Amino acid sequence: MDEGAQFHRVFPLTGADCDVWVDGRRLKARRGQSLLSLLLEHGGRVRTHERTGEPRAGFCLMGACQDCWVWLSPTQRGRACTTPVEPGMRCFTRSPEAEVLP
Amino acid sequence: MKRVAIVGAGPAGIAAADLLVGRAGISVTLIDEGQQPGGQIFRQPHPGLATDMKRLLGAGHARLERFRALCSNVLPQLDYRPRTLVWNVFGGELMTLGERGVDSLSYDALLIATGATDRVLPVEGWTMPGVYTLGGAQILLKEQGCLIGRQVVFCGASPLLYLAALQYHRAGGAVAAVLDTTPIAAKVKAIPRLLALPGVLKDGLSYMAALRLAGVPIVGGVTLDAFVGEGRAAEVRYRAGGQAHAVACDAVAYGFGLRPEMQLAELADCALRYDSFRRQWYPDHDGDGRCGHGVYVAGDVAQMGGAEAAGHSGRLAALSILADFGLEAPASPEPDRAALARQLTFQDGLGHAFAWPAAHVAGLADEVMLCRCEGVSVGEVRRGLRSDGGPQEANRAKAATRCGMGRCQGRFCGSALAELVAAETGADGVARPLDRLRAQPPIKPLPISAVAGEPLA
Amino acid sequence: MSQMHTDVVIIGAGSIGTLTALYLVRQGLSVVLLDRGFAGGQSTGVSPGSLRLQGRNPTEMPLSMRAQEMWEAFEDDIGESVEFEQKGHLFLALTPAHLDKIDALMPIEAAHGNFCEKLSRDEVLSRWPCLTPENLGGMFNPRSAVVNSRMVAPAVARAASRAGALLFEQEEVLSVERKGETFLTRTDRDRRIESPIVVNAAGMWARPFANGFGEDAPMFSAGPIQMVTEPVPQFLDPVVHSVDGHIIFRQTLAGNIVVAGHPRVPVDDVARRSRVPPDKTLRNMRRLLNAAPGLLPQSIIRIWTGIEGYLPDMLPVLGPSATTPGLFHAFGWSGHGLQCAPAAAESLTQLIVGGASRIDLSPFAIARFTGAVRPDEQKLRDEFEDNVVRPRSGAAAS
Repeated sequence: MDEGAQFHRVFPLTGADCDVWVDGRRLKARRGQSLLSLLLEHGGRVRTHERTGEPRAGFCLMGACQDCWVWLSPTQRGRACTTPVEPGMRCFTRSPEAEVLP
Repeated sequence: MKRVAIVGAGPAGIAAADLLVGRAGISVTLIDEGQQPGGQIFRQPHPGLATDMKRLLGAGHARLERFRALCSNVLPQLDYRPRTLVWNVFGGELMTLGERGVDSLSYDALLIATGATDRVLPVEGWTMPGVYTLGGAQILLKEQGCLIGRQVVFCGASPLLYLAALQYHRAGGAVAAVLDTTPIAAKVKAIPRLLALPGVLKDGLSYMAALRLAGVPIVGGVTLDAFVGEGRAAEVRYRAGGQAHAVACDAVAYGFGLRPEMQLAELADCALRYDSFRRQWYPDHDGDGRCGHGVYVAGDVAQMGGAEAAGHSGRLAALSILADFGLEAPASPEPDRAALARQLTFQDGLGHAFAWPAAHVAGLADEVMLCRCEGVSVGEVRRGLRSDGGPQEANRAKAATRCGMGRCQGRFCGSALAELVAAETGADGVARPLDRLRAQPPIKPLPISAVAGEPLA
Repeated sequence: MSQMHTDVVIIGAGSIGTLTALYLVRQGLSVVLLDRGFAGGQSTGVSPGSLRLQGRNPTEMPLSMRAQEMWEAFEDDIGESVEFEQKGHLFLALTPAHLDKIDALMPIEAAHGNFCEKLSRDEVLSRWPCLTPENLGGMFNPRSAVVNSRMVAPAVARAASRAGALLFEQEEVLSVERKGETFLTRTDRDRRIESPIVVNAAGMWARPFANGFGEDAPMFSAGPIQMVTEPVPQFLDPVVHSVDGHIIFRQTLAGNIVVAGHPRVPVDDVARRSRVPPDKTLRNMRRLLNAAPGLLPQSIIRIWTGIEGYLPDMLPVLGPSATTPGLFHAFGWSGHGLQCAPAAAESLTQLIVGGASRIDLSPFAIARFTGAVRPDEQKLRDEFEDNVVRPRSGAAAS
């Protein structure tokens, strides 16, 4: 676990191992894990707020506040807290802008 | 064949479904955003996670087991659509987005059992990483087996404060402090109503006792001043007994009770009623869940009551639906009405014991963020309200400042915005109801990719 | 009960009502401005805020061109920002028929002194790479602009109030009667206002006030389909508008993409309820994706419409009453009033103060509806498509 992790795991994951790429960096994940858990078990932020520039790391953790939207692929966005990890998922916490908005 | 659509697979939706399935002449569709039934209260570990729910929930585990048993009986008997968002309702049709993409579902009766989410108020630093809602902190533990931090402050005004703190403690987390914004005198005043359910009151008191025994500092009657840290929460500053205090932490869970998730009810044209005690709006219904024109509500969206109350109100709504279809009722509504009434008396007690600190908003500094989606500060809205010819109503303030206009549609700033408008315009929220941001579709963000690949025509 | 005397009562604090109030008080007249809701709470506030110059009805062009001059000085004039941005308006051709329409429009625009550039497909793509490579070309008007429509009427109302106009919001006009040489306006706050002049700028609800003086216009209600995405980094300057109006979108200063597109949808002006049918939302999402495929990852976060008044020839009623001296009408803008509003208000002011307006308002006279109504069938087809929205006969419910 990263030193800067926000979330602290207390019950073990038993799902199959899988690799998830976050901003091009490979992370070991397990089925059953939400993307938000994966991100915050490895770090302290999920995204930068588009207006204020502040770091954000989710808030309601139940799909209501919409604070944890990330790119699930270069062409798809979604809430990290309600998205289970998938093997081979390529997630971006910043806009992969060049690919999205030429 | 009468089609019943139930939205929400929490305790209200499942209890209603239990009375409706298997009856001649009725087909039931249950739509839920979650991967698994349970709503927020009965969140279950994702498959692929070994969460020790028994250790976590203690005595509450039996309730979860009963709910699971009910689900395994009910769900195979209906059209169950998990992981499906209802994003709009129009002309007797629900608009959904789920695993089959966008779809619509027409109904003869619509039961809205969409539950509640945390009711929060802005506190300086509340948008910082490490600050989470109280309900969220619990859900992360139940569903993901994680704690929001290693050293957590639980604060606000909610019975969940003590339960969540105890669950964190049982799971091996360190509870830095429980900071309760309600003074002890208010709790004493609440006791007569809380005695409506002596067993539940005893449970609640036992959580406090267990936390005390574990050496967790519990402070009552506090004023929350700030969540402080460099890019993430590291300290909670508060006042108690006229003194300023600080407690170190690496995460904060906070909340002030719950707010109904009533966007769908509003878009379905339910009339709304104002609860001047809780200072919030609810869909109006006849006590048995009827809102009129084929729409019904049950559970926390109908009245804040918790899981037990939700079960009774779900059953009452189902009985109303059957009666309104002219079908034979499988049971008398009286026992559920009586049980619900006891639950609601108890809830009134909780409302006193964990009071919504309405005055907190008036005291917020201008720099504090009010709308976390749009990045609108308290000062921006306050200046508008104070200016000549400025907006004097919450929806006008939204139009002028963008407060409440973002992705969450005012779910997490709406209560504070309403209190701020009241404070600035001299309304008391009792004689004249607080303003309410009107619901707009979509109920949650609707990805454009939902229509990708579909033909234009 | 309170009694008041004033020079002018204006019913309706939309863009026309507030601007007329501002210009009149500047001419030294006393003005009471009444709205049963809030300033800009109806069609002004729900408009997408596009100040489009090209493709307008030629009858309206003198008003439009004058209005544009006024918009260009607007923020200085009223003393606050309404997020005015002059980034141009692009008609985008997606079919050969669209190209034909552009060819037909070019000389009309030139004749009104409205400079437009015809662009090839490649020119469109090199300027705005986010647009579909399937486009066939475009017609760009650099002078067209946008404003934040939610800000316009409240800002003008504030300017008018500072200049001395009296604004009463959440106060409904119950009746307007002629008493000798003056009008008596009664409100639901038990106010009685005497004035020699009344301006009827009550939007979709203007018709009963005309009917009360023995005249009528066959106004019907509809609303624009509107929605907005979450904010994205700035990437799009102009308003993009498919030639048929099926999809119209622009990026706001805040970064969100505001999306509109015909058809206009039926609304309930009696219950004052307006909702976008969800199938229309989904269709416009598909059209948006077709015109700007790069928006695929974004989400729609709000959907809305509002209540606008339409006339079958898609032109407003603007000018004096045909039956009653001192009564002036400005309603029925048929979904495109915001751009014209400053010039319309200026013209009304000139009429009221000096008896004549510089711009000829005779094409907008209410009397045009006394004979057989000549609908603009083409525009009605373009803007309403399959939605059955037909002028109601007889007087509207009040």
